[in-house]
Amino acid sequence: MSVLTDLTITAARAGLEAREFSARDLTDAHIAAAEAARELNTLVFETFDLARTQADAADKRLAAGEGGLLEGVPLAIKDLYCTRGVHSTACSHILDGFEPPYESTVTENLWREGAVMLGKANMDEFAMGSANVTSYYGNVINPWRRHSDDKPLVPGGSSGGSAAAVAAHMTLAATGTDTGGSIRQPAAFCGIVGLKPTYGRCSRWGLIAFASSLDQAGPLTRSVEDAALMLRAMAGYDAKDSTSVNVPVPDYAAALSGDVKGLRVGVPAEYRLDGMPEEIETLWSQGVDWFKAAGADIVDISLPHTKYSLPAYYIVAPAECSSNLARYDGVRYGLREADSDLTHMYERTRAKGFGAEVQRRIMIGTYVLSAGYYDAYYLKAQKLRSLIARDFQTAFEKVDVVLTPTAPSAAFAVGEKMDDPIAMYLNDIFTVPASMAGLPGISVPAGLSHDGLPLGVQLLGQPFDEARMLNAAQFLETAAAFTAQPKWLTERAG
Amino acid sequence: MAIDKATVLRIAKLARIEVSDEATDGLADELNAILAWVEQLSEVDTEGVEPMSSVVAVTLPQRADVAGVAVPREDLLADAPNAEDGFFVVPKVIE
Amino acid sequence: MSSYRIEGESGEWEMVVGLEIHAQVASHAKLFSDAPTDFGAGANTQVSLVDAAMPGMLPVINSECVKQAVRTGLALGAEVNLYSVFDRKNYFYPDLPPGYQISQFSQPIVGHGEIEIDLENGETRRIGITRLHLEMDAGKSIHDMRNDATCVDLNRAGVALMEIVSEPDICSPEEAGAYIRKIRSIVRCIGSCDGNMEQGSLRCDVNVSVRRPGASLGTRCEIKNVNSVRFVMKALEYEALRQVEILEEGGKIDQQTRLFDANQGVTRNMRSKEEAHDYRYFPDPDLLPLELDSDWVERLRRDLPELPDAKKQRFMAEYGLSAEDSGVLVAEKETAEYFEQVTVGRDGKLVANWVMGELFAALNAAGLEIAVSPVSAVQLGGLVDRVADKTLSRRIAKEVFEIMFECGGDADAIIEARGLKQVSDTGAIEALVDQIIADNSDKVAEYRSGKDKLMGWFVGQVMKASQGKVNPQIANDMLTEKLSG
Repeated sequence: MSVLTDLTITAARAGLEAREFSARDLTDAHIAAAEAARELNTLVFETFDLARTQADAADKRLAAGEGGLLEGVPLAIKDLYCTRGVHSTACSHILDGFEPPYESTVTENLWREGAVMLGKANMDEFAMGSANVTSYYGNVINPWRRHSDDKPLVPGGSSGGSAAAVAAHMTLAATGTDTGGSIRQPAAFCGIVGLKPTYGRCSRWGLIAFASSLDQAGPLTRSVEDAALMLRAMAGYDAKDSTSVNVPVPDYAAALSGDVKGLRVGVPAEYRLDGMPEEIETLWSQGVDWFKAAGADIVDISLPHTKYSLPAYYIVAPAECSSNLARYDGVRYGLREADSDLTHMYERTRAKGFGAEVQRRIMIGTYVLSAGYYDAYYLKAQKLRSLIARDFQTAFEKVDVVLTPTAPSAAFAVGEKMDDPIAMYLNDIFTVPASMAGLPGISVPAGLSHDGLPLGVQLLGQPFDEARMLNAAQFLETAAAFTAQPKWLTERAG
Repeated sequence: MAIDKATVLRIAKLARIEVSDEATDGLADELNAILAWVEQLSEVDTEGVEPMSSVVAVTLPQRADVAGVAVPREDLLADAPNAEDGFFVVPKVIE
Repeated sequence: MSSYRIEGESGEWEMVVGLEIHAQVASHAKLFSDAPTDFGAGANTQVSLVDAAMPGMLPVINSECVKQAVRTGLALGAEVNLYSVFDRKNYFYPDLPPGYQISQFSQPIVGHGEIEIDLENGETRRIGITRLHLEMDAGKSIHDMRNDATCVDLNRAGVALMEIVSEPDICSPEEAGAYIRKIRSIVRCIGSCDGNMEQGSLRCDVNVSVRRPGASLGTRCEIKNVNSVRFVMKALEYEALRQVEILEEGGKIDQQTRLFDANQGVTRNMRSKEEAHDYRYFPDPDLLPLELDSDWVERLRRDLPELPDAKKQRFMAEYGLSAEDSGVLVAEKETAEYFEQVTVGRDGKLVANWVMGELFAALNAAGLEIAVSPVSAVQLGGLVDRVADKTLSRRIAKEVFEIMFECGGDADAIIEARGLKQVSDTGAIEALVDQIIADNSDKVAEYRSGKDKLMGWFVGQVMKASQGKVNPQIANDMLTEKLSG
């Protein structure tokens, strides 16, 4: 494997500026890596020709001294983002053939900063899932394998393709979306960094909507500094999104010092679950110790409504998605199952076009909003949300960041947890509360499980305080010194 | 709270998703399991708590009343499964 | 309470009516997208990505629509809610691209209000307004272009509508008509809607039930999308009778959604037999609650133009007009403006007679709006002056008006050109009078023997002989004097 694919964005940018290699070299190396990694099924649509064109244009700009923040950096873009003229289907059969005549604001920002698109990354259909096993285009295979067996493992989800692509070194970074943990959890499963910004930090315009009050765009990278760079490019106010917040975007990377002296780190009691794998609890404690040793203040906090976050999420998110996905009806774009009757056309199109998990969530969402149930379910869940947010607000009076595990297990095998939807939902138990409160969160790879799989640790920050959160994350990254590589890479090296 | 076969069919109708007869039982079980799991929310006293109306604490932004350029008709209809003479064409509702 | 009754076989019934008026906001762009709103554009040429509900699209609200909704609420004497919420109303239809309509359910932008309507017998009644909310319109589904398919035009999808809901205070077709006209007049006056029912910028859904006088409310039916005042009244008459007949036969009224078939003059149950819709309303998570500044609302209230009711009161006071006449003159903003222009320096009652008499008759016959009247306010004023100063008799003045209307021109020019000045020269009149008396000795004898009524005939003869130019009052006086011996 070429050394160009082992770089971070920071190193790649430095190399490009120093003319050690060209943007074209960098892109070609990643295209080759992507071709070699096809068995992982991380890309559902390759845009290699476009990438080469973009790389050439980047070289011209670099030569003229006009390089943007991400000039020449190859990226994989989650298939949930609408990319002009390029396959954008949310990995669903119902959007077969859809090529939007518009570009999402976030990807527009990335192209403006000179980034290069390698392709559209695989994902759980409509971002609903935590293992990337519901995609119309098939499962994604995690480049990591257990020591104890050779079973293919899931990369986590829904941004499974994005995470696996980054972990497999076939792209420098990727974009994902996080609604209940869909960036952070796959990042943990794949041993990389995954960042969910504050709700409203990045624009949702052009992001195929799953749950409007929860969806957020964010980066998956191999270093915290890379995540800071990506966030700076992706974030920003967008008047076309009524939920976009108009606060300036700081230079996140410049704020990284790795110094956490005096930082107040909250450790929430309620995240210690019965039956939690010991190695995860150990890693979490390890994180606490690292912080303590560096002069941070460890504060025990309580977030009393934590355990209700997940069930509340599984009312709110399906409710919103049941409405957001009503537009997929075979009338104006996408799949249509022809029929002589309108109602049958709708019913058959949607039955054929949506996978089982999506159908299940639409049904739950429809039910909880239906007459007679709105108060007991949706309204109740929204009230819980206020309480969850209030828990965090109270905690943040005493702490600056909150430290938790990212996921309740390491990556599991493809085929496991498939018969019980709830078992699958529990993957998000540590990530969902921050989503419900709209807070930023980041997962940093911090150690290995007994079976050689990556385990992540999560930091949660205050609204629009990504800078401080990223700084704490970089500290963790340094302390953890996570250098393990997935089997897929090590098998091919040398 | 229990979702029976009739309820599954009613919801499927509202959601315009065709559910085969064989599938209704399985679906009812799955939905019931999920609903039983979310039932725990009723343990929490939410008296006097306002539902979260928006995650962001800002007011609704408004835009100026300026007409922009509409999507050119050919582009609008380009992806339509059935379009003719400038219209989207769909089957009728049959009684 | 109204005295309107429906005569059933077994006795009297009364109707209870509530109207939902959808008024399209007069804005350049749509409610949540920036597509244009012009009427009559080619199919699917005024559709934005947001209107077409393309994946990833998001709504952003148009400030002008918010402003006009508030102004309309103020003009209806209603409470403006400083905090309101947009909800999604979820249902599937091909002309509703997102599969939901963004509307307002539990917290609308405007609350309770009240307006006064004018009835033909000169009475006024107060009709309550329950609420006004903003919502997006759907596109158009055209069912008769193809046999086996429906054609969909999304131009109208996303246009801003104000839904104005009345209390069920309306008791007769006449009241319904007066209510709609009043609402229309108010929104046109303040400019929030052009009120053009033929073009569909004002549409009515009619809710009607019947009951025995004084009994509790019956089951109502809704008649959707009635687009003229006349049709609303006809639909009400038909539907109320239909319901009465069912009830008198011992049946029950099914709560139905019906359509008015203008050709047959009947209401029909709608083809798409949906069970009661479950719209699953919930606050739209793509939008935040709308919060208005109370100072801003007060400024809007202060800056409202004179509303029809206030104008009517002023016309009654300033020009001494009756309530009925004032009501007619203020119903349309353009009419009131025209009238007031003519009245400057003139007698309001006289002007009112001419505007509501000759001018309205001529405009109606020609199918013209007052805004394009061939006789301008200045010109009509000139004619009224010549009537007031007795240059013209009323009859000749009417003829002059007709000429002005058909061919244009000022009154004075026409009078001059055609020599129409009323003859008041007593010498000339006396000659005529003498002639008439001389030629009709038998009638003279009858008059002198007591048949006073013949005076009218004599005056008529003088008018005829002079082609109407003689000042009739002078003729009358002269004849009276000469005939009395």
